[in-house]
Amino acid sequence: MEIKVCGPGCASCEKTQKIVEAALAAKGIAATVVKVNDFQEFAQLGVFSTPAVVIDGQVKCIGRVPKQSEVENWIG
Amino acid sequence: MEPLPSSGCGCTKPAASQAVIEKNVPWGKVGILTLLSFGLWLAIYNHLEPFSSYLTYSLFAVKKGSQLGDAVQFFLYDTPKVMMLLTLIVFVIGVLRSFFTQERTRQYLAGKRESAGNVMAAMLGIVTPFCSCSAVPLFLGFVQAGVPLGVTFSFLIAAPMVNEIALVLLYGLLGWKVAALYLVTGLLIAMVAGWVIGRLKLETWIEDWVQELRAGQSLVFERKLTWLDRIDQGKEAVRDIVGKVWVYVVAGIAVGAFIHGYVPEDFMAQVIGKDAWWSVPAAVVVGIPMYSNAAGIVPVVEALLGKGAALGTVLAFMMSVIALSLPEMIILRKVLKPKLIAVFIFVVGSGIMFTGYLFNIIV
Repeated sequence: MEIKVCGPGCASCEKTQKIVEAALAAKGIAATVVKVNDFQEFAQLGVFSTPAVVIDGQVKCIGRVPKQSEVENWIG
Repeated sequence: MEPLPSSGCGCTKPAASQAVIEKNVPWGKVGILTLLSFGLWLAIYNHLEPFSSYLTYSLFAVKKGSQLGDAVQFFLYDTPKVMMLLTLIVFVIGVLRSFFTQERTRQYLAGKRESAGNVMAAMLGIVTPFCSCSAVPLFLGFVQAGVPLGVTFSFLIAAPMVNEIALVLLYGLLGWKVAALYLVTGLLIAMVAGWVIGRLKLETWIEDWVQELRAGQSLVFERKLTWLDRIDQGKEAVRDIVGKVWVYVVAGIAVGAFIHGYVPEDFMAQVIGKDAWWSVPAAVVVGIPMYSNAAGIVPVVEALLGKGAALGTVLAFMMSVIALSLPEMIILRKVLKPKLIAVFIFVVGSGIMFTGYLFNIIV
């Protein structure tokens, strides 16, 4: 599984990344978490507000920090 | 009022859990709790001044009318007052913002023409959740959705310029008139500056790869929110924002208290008073590289005004610090050519300067 966290590097984006990592740890799932901060790549993904979480190419969440329980649901 | 069906932020939620939440909203309990909290808030808020006087002059036995007494009472009165106002407003705005998302704002503005679009964009700029680091993705989204450039700029100017924290602090420390002036002029600058930029037809001064975006797809996520969710978002905003800015508020008020007690009257009048014509442009230029939290700047503004600084000059300084920030320019450089950034700074700077002179003349 590949998880992308899109954000230019502000506080909310950092928080999102931590939540994703915590969710992975809680579920005991190994996955690569990639931080995306290239605006051109955002546009290709269709992400126009940040932070956003993309799992295996599928955008799960745009424009807000998700709750850990939500992320756990997404990574199943 | 019914929750809007298609509002809220970001993510989709499993439909099943949504239905459960909807059914179990304990309306009576929530309503009573909200009313009680607000009543308590009002009761405390209305007793802050006598309480601070009591603390200062009776309990701490500082001499009334002395410099130390003035400073201590100022601090003990302003700190809880500002913190309480801040908490209330941040909560209300947090709930209000749950009705707006960048996606919806974008869709709405995409169908608008200039003029009306500039007005709507400036107002939406205040209530749409936005942080300066998401300015670029937001800009891309607007361009991609076909929102006119000038309308986009009206949004981008209003969002940081009319800051809810600055607004509430101005109201709490300087009264509703100054707060209203700030709100109205901030909106006007955003509308007019955006309109001017639109008239200049500078679409080719956007970076080339952005111009090619227009045909692409954008994702829209809608999530149903209950009132409980919205109240939660308000609480979260309070934890997030008040938890972050209280240090600046206390520090700013401490500086303000010192100036209030010790700096001689009319000291500032000579330096940045009405008569110094150059003070307004100087305030704007000095403000650009400074990037401060609104919470840190307002108590200083209050102190400067109290010692005879001119209102227009001080407002111009504050707007320049908040709306024209160097870090944001550097981020925007990735999507705008330098010429367009220069135009942006020039148009907004002129608007702020105009406001500064206007207030120095009429107040």
